[in-house]
Amino acid sequence: MTVQATPLLSLAGVTASVDEKAILHGIDLEVAAGETHVLMGPNGAGKSTMGHVIMGDPVYTLDAGAITFDGEDISELSCDKRSRAGLFLSFQAPVEISGVPLSSFLRASIAGRPGLEMKGREFRRRVKELAAELDMDVSYLNRELGVGFSGGEKKKVEMLQLLLLQPKLAILDETDSGLDVDALSVVSRGMDAYRRTTDGSLLIITHNTRILEHLHVDRVHVMVGGRIVREGDAELIPWIDEHGFESFEREAAGVPMEA
Amino acid sequence: MAKKRSEVADIDRSLYDFTYGEEGFERLDAGLTPDIVREISERKEEPAWMLDFRLKSLEIYLKKSGPTWGPDISGLDMDNIVTYVKPNTDQRSDWESVPDDIKDTFERLGIPEAERSYLAGVGAQYDSELVYHNMQDTAAKMGIVYSGIEEALHEPKWEALIRERFMTLIPPTDHKFAALHGAVWSGGSFVYVPAGTKLDFPLQSYFRLNAKGAGQFEHTLIIVEDDADLHFIEGCSAPKYNVANLHAGAVELFVGRRAHLRYSTIENWSKNMYNLNTKRARVEEAGEIEWISGSFGSHVGYLYPMSILAGRRAKSSFTGITFAGAGQNLDTGCKVVLAAPETTATVETKGISKGGGIQTFRSSIVATPEATGSAATVSCSSLMLDADSRSDTIPAMDIRAKNVDIGHEATIGRIGDDKIFYLMSRGISEEEARTMIVNGFASPVSKELPLEYAVEMNNLIKLEMEGAVG
Repeated sequence: MTVQATPLLSLAGVTASVDEKAILHGIDLEVAAGETHVLMGPNGAGKSTMGHVIMGDPVYTLDAGAITFDGEDISELSCDKRSRAGLFLSFQAPVEISGVPLSSFLRASIAGRPGLEMKGREFRRRVKELAAELDMDVSYLNRELGVGFSGGEKKKVEMLQLLLLQPKLAILDETDSGLDVDALSVVSRGMDAYRRTTDGSLLIITHNTRILEHLHVDRVHVMVGGRIVREGDAELIPWIDEHGFESFEREAAGVPMEA
Repeated sequence: MAKKRSEVADIDRSLYDFTYGEEGFERLDAGLTPDIVREISERKEEPAWMLDFRLKSLEIYLKKSGPTWGPDISGLDMDNIVTYVKPNTDQRSDWESVPDDIKDTFERLGIPEAERSYLAGVGAQYDSELVYHNMQDTAAKMGIVYSGIEEALHEPKWEALIRERFMTLIPPTDHKFAALHGAVWSGGSFVYVPAGTKLDFPLQSYFRLNAKGAGQFEHTLIIVEDDADLHFIEGCSAPKYNVANLHAGAVELFVGRRAHLRYSTIENWSKNMYNLNTKRARVEEAGEIEWISGSFGSHVGYLYPMSILAGRRAKSSFTGITFAGAGQNLDTGCKVVLAAPETTATVETKGISKGGGIQTFRSSIVATPEATGSAATVSCSSLMLDADSRSDTIPAMDIRAKNVDIGHEATIGRIGDDKIFYLMSRGISEEEARTMIVNGFASPVSKELPLEYAVEMNNLIKLEMEGAVG
């Protein structure tokens, strides 16, 4: 494993709660520039929460610990500033905002970003290119954000944003993507294109390993009950495929953990 | 040139240019009298029937009490009513005296200096007259009459028509402010569209309102004859920062058989205004009235445009938005009377409240026994932007016909935190995110407006939303 002086993203002792209910218990995690990490674990382990906490969702309270990104402590930053610092979170269930055309939303998201802000014609050309890459109909752009979109269509819009914003680190919350073959292939295309066109890092949240096929994974983290209970390299993925998370859950329940 | 006044309570007799002695002045101080009404009528050189009408209205006004429901209007200074009534006392006449928040609004709406002073009613009359006359000329070539209602009263042909229709849809007996309007109305527009004539650009009344200094009690009378078509835009966004704080206008619309009238308003009165405006339309067989209504200004508003569907298959659609900010209590909605077979009505409204503002949607659907086979749907949604604000929905339905299909749906909600988080996670600031969501919420109304007004409405929302994030 390559050791880097300063990781791009670092969580140190991150403890977080929602409505005074603790969900994350002292998470330590580091992602270096250009790496692909996978966060796995059973339902309700706190994986999505971790994605949201890193992004700065105000629903969650950071009770202890710190989040550092690109050399800066971002623990106190609002999520729009985290986005502008180069973080991205693709949503499991993107929201619907009626009356707001997708194209207006995309324009607003790149406005004022150095190197990303584009004039009208350039913007349209760029979005067209990306849409083609994702096999997405450009007529989407005139539709209201998320309104009446199918699961697969919503995923395409998420991936389109990933490619448009070119973040330094993208957290892809794909907890349930395995349920839908279309959505799965959209996410795979998105990840491929992102890896091809940027040197950004990926943190993929999933409990389904199919999404990880054809992907070079540097590090796997297993979360159970709001704690990271196991870390390893890509070899861990086929092992989990075969054995599931039961042994980790047993360990977390009190049986001593193997080294 | 109007004389300047520092404040409403400050009674300076010379301003009214009255011929009364000291005695008359005493009465003037106390309230509205027949003498004042006669004075108004005389000044306008009106026909005798109109003076009679005014005097009868005054009697009704003096007997009637104000509304016992809806927002509190006790802050309305009815003793000083006469100060609102006299012309030329309520319009400021130089740019300096235009309140800062209005100037600021112009500034940020990006309206050029020349146009700003024009919109504020202090610009050169020449320019505004020119625009207005251009509009009037084009319409006139098509046989359409578009003039001041007072001017029209001086034409025998139109006088007869006005006499036949004036305040028949809104009789002075209707409510106290209708009676007040009948007594002291002044200014406003008269539009007559002959049968079969279709105007393909909207007539806009603010050219008239500003140019003629009308405002508080204007009367709009529009007659669209059979098979004709008109879009009329009323007082759009012309900021009305009058010293006086009561607006009791009346709008009467007559839509002929198979005719179509679209009546659009964006109201942005200054926030000391009590807006007690009454608007009604009567629609004949297979005719259609479309109301587009945006209410942004005023301290207190009572506004419920009403459609009377008098002929078979007549149609009414109402699309409205109300934005009540700090210190505002806006009670708006609409009324529809289904009074003939197979009539249809749709009502779609959006309400927004913020900063402790109160927004109430009130609707009334009445189906008379004649309304068999009619249908009405009412849909209203409200958005409260913070915990201090309030939105209410008060729908009423009175159905006396068989085989009538009535639907009502109402939603009241807040902006979901998940939506804000989503937008912010894409680098959009919280204020911008909220503005974007509110604009999206308002879009069913803004997309019904001509482009320049839609842009203006979005800008108004943006201005209202500034500093919304505490």
